[in-house]
Amino acid sequence: MTDWLWGLFQQWGLGEPAFNAFMGLIKGVLVVAFLAVNALLLIYLERKVSGYIQNRLGPTRTGPKGLLQTLADAVKLLSKEDVIPSGADRAVYILAPIVIFAAATALWIVIPFGPQTMVQDLNIGLIYISAVTGLSVLAFLMAGWSSNNKWSLLGSMRSAAQLISYEVPLVLSIVAVGMMAGSLRLGDIVAAQQGGIGNWFIFPQILGFIVFFTAGLAEINRAPFDLPEAESELVAGFNTEYSGFRWGVFFVAEYANLVAFSALAATFFFGGPTGPVLPPFVWFLIKTYFFILVAMWIRWTLPRIRVDHLMNLGWYVLIPLALINLGWTGLYVVLRG
Amino acid sequence: MLQAYTDVLIFLLVGAGFVVLNMALGRLLRPHNPYPEKLTPYECGEVPVGEGQVPFNIRYYIFALLFVVFDVEVVFLFPWSVVLRDLGLYAFVLMVIFLVMLVDGLVYAWKKGVLRWV
Repeated sequence: MTDWLWGLFQQWGLGEPAFNAFMGLIKGVLVVAFLAVNALLLIYLERKVSGYIQNRLGPTRTGPKGLLQTLADAVKLLSKEDVIPSGADRAVYILAPIVIFAAATALWIVIPFGPQTMVQDLNIGLIYISAVTGLSVLAFLMAGWSSNNKWSLLGSMRSAAQLISYEVPLVLSIVAVGMMAGSLRLGDIVAAQQGGIGNWFIFPQILGFIVFFTAGLAEINRAPFDLPEAESELVAGFNTEYSGFRWGVFFVAEYANLVAFSALAATFFFGGPTGPVLPPFVWFLIKTYFFILVAMWIRWTLPRIRVDHLMNLGWYVLIPLALINLGWTGLYVVLRG
Repeated sequence: MLQAYTDVLIFLLVGAGFVVLNMALGRLLRPHNPYPEKLTPYECGEVPVGEGQVPFNIRYYIFALLFVVFDVEVVFLFPWSVVLRDLGLYAFVLMVIFLVMLVDGLVYAWKKGVLRWV
């Protein structure tokens, strides 16, 4: 397939850069399609899971067992009027959902679907991940400031405080993973965990995993850390003024980030997309969906925490824990050689 | 090497393109009927009081400063983490000394009470 395309490109007199760019484009479209399908599925799953946790059924009417509900919602969102509030900073208001979705897509460049199957195995993979996830706070601030709405402003200010507080423990726990593998490449991190469950990083890194999972939930604004859009106090937080498909983009990006976060948790601590018998991609899906379901379970079980508690948890608990984990990992790596 | 970052750029553009394309597609489907009442910012159904972009007391100035300190620290940690296995105990002890100095600052801020969010 690629050979045939390469032949076609040579026939048209186009060089290798054009061919590579075209392949990158195809991969990008595939990843966006993957994210869109996953988001459709996850929104349905979230409603079903929350339904069963709260002893009700969730969507049942649209399609068999309500399976088409999200699709119907997507069509509804597309056909909603595009309302931009008066006094809004139009350019920034329009750009905010674009920034958040572009960042959510770009994150998927380094995420491994198989042991060596990723779009690009960047040699600075771990730094790249922390850089790209940091972009979402920019989008939240843009959305909150440009909406000309007090709820949005409050929500975006909260999200900035939350993200800078939880970025530090998150990155510190990621550094420990890099130390274990001796590389920042995600391919090497997966390779270092091959050969049975005993080699998974979760065992020496149990503390790191707890820090990573907690800080990660805060980074992707999942409950109990969904303060930027706390419905009961801030209406809808930073996206109060967003409606129709622009709001839908924030929603899809949130689920794309949830999938990415779960895939990263599996890659860093649970051996990545490998396992016996089944092909790597199936293991990728099994491990990723396991963590997605855990995140959903947490969301529908725990109440939202207060802002000052949130900041205290970040600075007084998670950062010290992450530093202890860093020291322990250093000793472990040095002494085991 | 360059190819890797071309792909990053392409992915950013594809992500942005997805939003733009869907907004353009939606234009064919959606009504367009704005009037002043509809466009007022939401304030629980009341007429909005003043501007939405008000001067705002940012409580986390100190948090932001500490964040910068720790983020710079992480920049040092990343290259150290990759070569730690080869450099051995000496590099580990050096980094512990460096971290203790930083944590010292965090504890100082903690004791001073500037990390209280109220």
